Amino acid sequence: MTDLAVPPVLRLDDMSVSYRIRGRAVPVLSQVNLSIAKGEVYGLVGESGSGKSTVALAVQRVLPANGRLSGGRALINGRDVGALDRAALLQMRAREVAMVFQDPGRALNPSITIGRQVAEAFEILGASGHEARRRAEEMLTRVRISSPARVMERYPHQLSGGMQQRVVIAMALAKDPSLLILDEPTTGLDATIEAEILDLVDTLRREFGASILFISHNLGAIAGLCDRVGVLYAGRLVEEGPVRDLFAEPRHPYTAGLLRCLPRPGLRKDLAPLDTIPGFPPAPGSITAGCVFAPRCALADETCRTIDPPLVATGAGRVSRCHHHDRVADLPHAEPRAAAGTLAPAGTGAGTPVLELTALSKTYGSAPYAVQALRDVSLRLMPGETLGLVGESGSGKSTLAHALLGLIAPDAGGGMALDGAALAPEVRRRTAEQIKTLQIVFQNPDSALNRSHSVRRLIGRAITRLGGLSGAKREAQVTRLLESVRLTARQLSARPRQLSGGMKQRVAVARAFAGNPRLVVCDEPTSALDVSVQAAILNLLAELQAERQVAYLLISHDLGVVRYLSDWIAVLYLGRLLEVGPAARVLDGPHHPYTEALLSAAPSVSGERTGRIRLTGAIPSGVSPPAGCLFHTRCPRRIGPICDTEEPPFTADAHGHAIRCHLPRGELGRSPAPSMA
Amino acid sequence: MSGALGPFLLKRLALSLLTLWLLSVVVFFGCQVLPGDPARAILGPLADPRAVAALNEKLGSDRPPVEIYLSWMGGLITGDMGQSYAYRSPVAPFIGSALVNSLKLAATVFAIVVPLGIGAGVLAALRAGRPIDRLISVAGLSLTVIPEFVSSIALILVFAVLLRWLPLSATWPAGSGPLVQLQHLILPALPLVIVLFGYIARMTRAGMVEALSADYTRTAILKGLPWRTVLSRHVLRNALLPTITVIAAQMGYALGGLVVVESLFRYQGIGSLVLGAARAKDFAMLQAGILTVGAFFVVTTLLADIVTTLLDPRLRTGGRR
Ligand SMILES: Nc1ncnc2c1ncn2[C@@H]1O[C@H](COP(=O)(O)OP(=O)(O)OP(=O)(O)O)[C@@H](O)[C@H]1O
Ligand code: SF4
Ligand code: SF4
Ligand SMILES: [Mg+2]
Repeated sequence: MTDLAVPPVLRLDDMSVSYRIRGRAVPVLSQVNLSIAKGEVYGLVGESGSGKSTVALAVQRVLPANGRLSGGRALINGRDVGALDRAALLQMRAREVAMVFQDPGRALNPSITIGRQVAEAFEILGASGHEARRRAEEMLTRVRISSPARVMERYPHQLSGGMQQRVVIAMALAKDPSLLILDEPTTGLDATIEAEILDLVDTLRREFGASILFISHNLGAIAGLCDRVGVLYAGRLVEEGPVRDLFAEPRHPYTAGLLRCLPRPGLRKDLAPLDTIPGFPPAPGSITAGCVFAPRCALADETCRTIDPPLVATGAGRVSRCHHHDRVADLPHAEPRAAAGTLAPAGTGAGTPVLELTALSKTYGSAPYAVQALRDVSLRLMPGETLGLVGESGSGKSTLAHALLGLIAPDAGGGMALDGAALAPEVRRRTAEQIKTLQIVFQNPDSALNRSHSVRRLIGRAITRLGGLSGAKREAQVTRLLESVRLTARQLSARPRQLSGGMKQRVAVARAFAGNPRLVVCDEPTSALDVSVQAAILNLLAELQAERQVAYLLISHDLGVVRYLSDWIAVLYLGRLLEVGPAARVLDGPHHPYTEALLSAAPSVSGERTGRIRLTGAIPSGVSPPAGCLFHTRCPRRIGPICDTEEPPFTADAHGHAIRCHLPRGELGRSPAPSMA
Repeated sequence: MSGALGPFLLKRLALSLLTLWLLSVVVFFGCQVLPGDPARAILGPLADPRAVAALNEKLGSDRPPVEIYLSWMGGLITGDMGQSYAYRSPVAPFIGSALVNSLKLAATVFAIVVPLGIGAGVLAALRAGRPIDRLISVAGLSLTVIPEFVSSIALILVFAVLLRWLPLSATWPAGSGPLVQLQHLILPALPLVIVLFGYIARMTRAGMVEALSADYTRTAILKGLPWRTVLSRHVLRNALLPTITVIAAQMGYALGGLVVVESLFRYQGIGSLVLGAARAKDFAMLQAGILTVGAFFVVTTLLADIVTTLLDPRLRTGGRR
């Protein structure tokens, strides 16, 4: 146990914060208590708007101008932050606390070189200009930036997102802080880059011995990194405990709900819908009596609605703010699908595929700087099936989607066919029928929806354009679509800014379905959404698919999402298909060494990251791809010279499972636990 | 590093030259079309037609317009701006001295308005929402809409006639030193200062407010940097970038305002020169004057582009995003 004489690095004592909105003080944090011991990693989870960032800002006294600490205190190393004078506050910021934000691109000053910005952090500590630069370079090396001297001369916009975040972490670690606050440090980064950053934090934590407050809505990331976790809901800490125990056996309905929303191994669209948390988080300050979670809680009773539950101990080091914490395991699950399992995983498929790509290639630029974004990709997708497309950023996923949608023209020689008919590369040469047949749902519904139009107009126009309906028929169709995406008539007159992220994505889905499409490209459809909202959208996509036999081309970096929705999985690397096959076979193995690495990088809530396969080296440049097997520069299983000189054949087995690797199938990796129940 | 800068500037330069050429065509043919014939304009309505014809021939103005244009352009390129009918001497020296005078006036305007406008904008942003912010915003807005001639007259009445602090005439006695010149320049500069002040203050304020709430500013604060360092190193630089572009672009427009002010204050600048030439139908002078103003405008715009490019690394280094 910790030495009692040493105060915790961070302690929140009944901390409350309010924001002044239109002249009214709205409470966003109510009496939050927590403490982080020396060397401990504490995770704070909660949905968007629950107040996680507010905690981080309040602790350092950098609340926005309209924010105010309305009660309680925050103590850092035993000293009350609110009581520090200006000089002491600067000292605290310069030496004790460091923070890393979500968006590294915006956290760096665009007009100052990286070297200057990192050196600055050392100068505050008294290093001379030259010394500061030397130490800055050293620090960049420690956050695993290769050729730091060159990076020092660069400006933020010249670095990739992952590099930028490393720079921000380097600046934070410059002061060797006793408390490091990470606010969603990997949101918006690629899956493999996310895994790298999490690894980095994990190593640095041991090297530097800092205590960490790790804020995230990603339960997997928290499980892999943290010792203890606190769950924040509507500005209240509703549950807290050691991370393994708490995730294995949640004692608050909200925590249980969050965990159940995740598309975990064993769940598949045809077996059961994902659990969701009904309703929405309350607006700050709107619930004044009883439990804040009561409106969304399946266990809520009269007591819950009248008496605010206190934090009660529920086990070793665990507390929960719930009257019925002993009944959480009784929470009902979503009903399994009536026809569970009848929708058998796809076979090799007879009949006409809805989509067929033959030898599709795409080259950007011209020699000697030509980048091959797609190499000879051949795929087929049957009606009513989902093909999950995975691969790191730059692997060609978006290029493939864009070629399908007619936004870019693929190289001559390849072919695209929709429902058996050739699909012209340019949109204007496609038939109206083809345009109707092929639709898209984007990652960010905000950029896809016209902000000044109402929901009725947004959906109505799509119906006119794609379905050719007007008048009363059109109105009827709007209502029908609205129902099928589980929105109500109340939302018809709303404009996008009045809708939550999940509702906006529903509108986007409704639009894509306006013309009864046969194939919908889903480009990271849920990565901008909270887990509970994600679950609802995934359920929606699965139901629409079963109802209408629509096929999906699903692009996602979240393997949980891919696993839940996909019948087929294709793995892209440098524009080349390394593996294609029925989802279960690709996931369970034997699979390609690259697939194996991707799968092991995915964080899971059970917190086991021991089997993680680290890919060393950067993704090779598309301008000068490696000879032989494209993956040989990073392959942990490389056999020998044959991998460097000879490209492996791409042969399929009887199930249509093809792997591009010289290793015999028997020697290829398998998942430790089968992915499907 | 400057990989993207070269081609960019070349393109801008080519565009500027094209603009100037178009202007020359418009100015030239505008002058050709408007009045009857130059010699008649010079000699007056009562002159002997034979004298008019003789002068026209001497001036070459009986040739086809395109030919005249070409020889005019040829002259311009070799530095010969032609002969003034009114003064019966080469145009170039007049243009030169008028331009120098105008530049002096413009320099005075900017020397006053830039620090004032930026200072006010920064102050307003730092005190956003407080009374001083509102005062600066309201003052800036209302001053911008006062026409130069109104403010000029008011200023003359107050400072030159009532208080007698500043000389009424903008023209200093020949051989005056820089200080005396400056004294004469302040009064004519003020009307333009008034017009430009609000504009610059508003731009500065907007840039500041954005930079102050930017994430990188929060990063700087959380590094533990003193507030003054945060401001000078992280906020101001990013905040003033758009402002500097605006100021450079405003220099060209300020020259337009000079025409009004110069004629009100009887100041021998390029504005009054052009106005005088137009009245006297002194075409060579008029064409050269307008072209000079155009060239000045084009050059300042080009400078504005260069300055912005140099200050913004995203443009300078041709970023990936
Ligand atoms: N400056 C502000 N003025 C008014 N309300 C604010 C302000 N900043 C945040 N809020 C509100 O306070 C609540 C908590 O916000 P906070 O940013 O702390 O949430 P979060 O958990 O970090 O969310 P996210 O996951 O989206 O980052 C939200 O309801 C938010 O809308
Ligand atoms: S107190 Fe009641 S409403 Fe609140 S979480 Fe527990 S069971 Fe649900
Ligand atoms: S062919 Fe060789 S290098 Fe390529 S994936 Fe297989 S083992 Fe690795
Ligand atoms: Mg946040």
